[in-house]
Amino acid sequence: MSTESYYVPHQSRWPILASIALFLMAMGAGGFINNLSAQDGAGFSGIILLVGAGLLAVILIGWFRNVINESRAGMYSDQMDASYRWGMSWFIFSEIMFFAAFFGALFYVRTLAVPWLGGEGDKGVTNMLWQGFEAQWPLMTTPDMEAFPGPKAVIDPWHIPLLNTVLLLSSSVTVTLAHRALKQNNRDWIVIWLAATVLLGVVFIYYQAEEYVLAYQELGLTLNAGIYGATFFILTGFHGLHVTLGTFMLLVIWFRVMRGHFSPKQHFAFEAVSWYWHFVDVVWVGLFLFVYIL
Amino acid sequence: MGTLEQTVETEVHHGPARGITRWLYTTNHKDIGSMYLWFSLLMFLLGGCMALTIRAELFQPGLQLMEPNFFNQMTTMHGLIMVFGAVMPAFVGLANWMVPMMIGAPDMALPRMNNWSFWILPFAFCMMVATLFMEGGAPNFGWTFYAPLSTTYAPPSVTFFIFAVHMMGISSIMGAINIIATILNLRAPGMTMMKLPLFVWTWLITAFLLIAVMPVLAGVVTMMLMDIHFGTSFFNAAGGGDPVLFQHVFWFFGHPEVYIMILPAFGIVSQIIPTFARKKLFGYASMVYATASIAFLAFIVWAHHMFTVGMPLAGELFFMYATMLIAVPTGVKVFNWVATMFRGSMTFETPMLFALAFVVLFTIGGFSGLMLAIAPADFQYHDTYFVVAHFHYVLVPGAIFSIVAAVYYWLPKWTGNMYNETMGRWHFWLSFIGVNVTFFPMHFVGLAGMPRRIPDYALQFADFNAVASVGAFMFGLSQLLLVYNVVQCIRVKRPATAEVWEGAEGLEWTVPSPAPYHTFAQPPLVK
Repeated sequence: MSTESYYVPHQSRWPILASIALFLMAMGAGGFINNLSAQDGAGFSGIILLVGAGLLAVILIGWFRNVINESRAGMYSDQMDASYRWGMSWFIFSEIMFFAAFFGALFYVRTLAVPWLGGEGDKGVTNMLWQGFEAQWPLMTTPDMEAFPGPKAVIDPWHIPLLNTVLLLSSSVTVTLAHRALKQNNRDWIVIWLAATVLLGVVFIYYQAEEYVLAYQELGLTLNAGIYGATFFILTGFHGLHVTLGTFMLLVIWFRVMRGHFSPKQHFAFEAVSWYWHFVDVVWVGLFLFVYIL
Repeated sequence: MGTLEQTVETEVHHGPARGITRWLYTTNHKDIGSMYLWFSLLMFLLGGCMALTIRAELFQPGLQLMEPNFFNQMTTMHGLIMVFGAVMPAFVGLANWMVPMMIGAPDMALPRMNNWSFWILPFAFCMMVATLFMEGGAPNFGWTFYAPLSTTYAPPSVTFFIFAVHMMGISSIMGAINIIATILNLRAPGMTMMKLPLFVWTWLITAFLLIAVMPVLAGVVTMMLMDIHFGTSFFNAAGGGDPVLFQHVFWFFGHPEVYIMILPAFGIVSQIIPTFARKKLFGYASMVYATASIAFLAFIVWAHHMFTVGMPLAGELFFMYATMLIAVPTGVKVFNWVATMFRGSMTFETPMLFALAFVVLFTIGGFSGLMLAIAPADFQYHDTYFVVAHFHYVLVPGAIFSIVAAVYYWLPKWTGNMYNETMGRWHFWLSFIGVNVTFFPMHFVGLAGMPRRIPDYALQFADFNAVASVGAFMFGLSQLLLVYNVVQCIRVKRPATAEVWEGAEGLEWTVPSPAPYHTFAQPPLVK
């Protein structure tokens, strides 16, 4: 443990402003979604949501700029660095648990709930609600096909998803190559490998969008298509959002490298983003396996 | 705890800023701790008023004061406010104040994020309380918000409830990350893990639980949002989903949440009892291991909340036996507290009184928990007032008493003044009697079959309910003594010494009272 003094920032207005922005977003989103469901037209709440989101973006840019400047001014000791490392690690752990909730839901319905609906198990009453319902996975025929019309087909894992797997796995390699270049202080190659990583991320998102269009327009695989569609979209959707955020983070790092930030010794922001990127990658492997293939 | 080198430098380079911006922009762990504690007190009084509304309606059978729907809103909001607004922020506030001082750190690891964690909360609760005034009323489905009550049959305000829960989750996760990073990274030289005060240990484990389960809560409310507004069928069997899935995911969060509300309490009591028994804590290492075991078991017992919902027999048995296992580490703790007091030089100041009441009354709550853990017996107890009695015994004379004990214990350190001991004792005895008069009869009506969450009840339950209502008002009103005592402690100069308590040990007692705005800019050396 170091004995040099630990940097405690003076007052900051970012936290209270960010709380206000978050509040506006939550109020706006709540009103917006409620109006949407009641088919009332968005009204003011859509605007409040946008203002909140815009404000939060501006605040986060300002807050991060603040932190970057402090770091570049050499105000952070090794101990501060360790705090950021712990912080990022536990943040990623919380993200893992967020996905665990949805994976847990998927496993529960696949192995227990749907078979029970189809009459499996020793209770003998489980098939009473929808007699004749047959358990299957992917669930193509839902118990109530009028309320939840099941999909005509599901996504073929060996086309777009396989391509996306290749894309994302290679992006994990390129980000590692960028890190190696950074440690060797090979600035040109950092830029190139990071650009490749961002590009792979963007192409992944593009194909994911293509897949959604295919699902909605051709396969009848929608949010409303019963439990298969629900678990499919919540898992791939949140993963897609995380890839988008990760790509954005990589882009920020890319710009910072271009501006001459980071040294071979001190570059935690880079590492944090690459940790995040690997995490997103690992989640994808889980998705590919349990959502698409099996 | 080893002896401390008395070369603690308390460098005072700048004091607090003036005016409101001190609180809005602060990065100081003491300011943020104070804000958490005041916020929690406010929520405690608000949630308490709702509890008294409930007890007023239940004073007599029949509907006297309110519509059943409003009664349901009161039980829902009372539970949510007490869990997320009163108990959790109070513990985070105590952690903010005490953890850096107990481990010899200059502040929390990430001070700006610390302030963000706090300031999200008032906004989140504004939004949640605002649902009371929305069309269709506030959430009325109970604090556990089971689907389909909270999806198909929910009032429109449920959307705002969902986003409020998201905000609380963000706040809790950031707060917990900060506490973990502080404990793991900012300990003074020589403060090894097995020298950490027990309050710090319990909070380390609590923070881990928070980071593990708050995202699961976010996941379950997100699935609700999707079911309500975007046509999914997670909790709807018509689409192949399952309402029971909601309960599984919710209780995977919910059971560790219960320990999030009690582990820091164990830590507090483990600080207070040695001080007033003037003996070292008996079995320090076993306390640490017991806490870790409880945290581990927290993840594999969730379905004991759902014995009656329909589960395979193997599931019922697994969750029954796993739950009973929790009694082992908890028993270790209770025996350790008792052994600490054995042949100690005991005195009974207010913090000690609350801590002692905690040991006795929490144990009663633990035993009724064991009764509920027995699956076949639970078929009888489920959703009765016996359950209400059980969890109020662990939360009120458990979590709340420990928080009150902590406040009296550390108040002189925070304000620099002694509180009024006589009034503290009055507060204790009135609370102690009030709590038992309120919740003990609930065991009886519960065993006799009175269902929970109901505004009206059969005549045979009338007497015990009237008694419980009288007790509730007694308990509720006596909390005003605490408010008065705290305010007086800040205003009336009755200077406290640095050590405050004769038998107190730990770094926080080596700094002056009140603790300077910045403590340990240079880390102290712990031998």
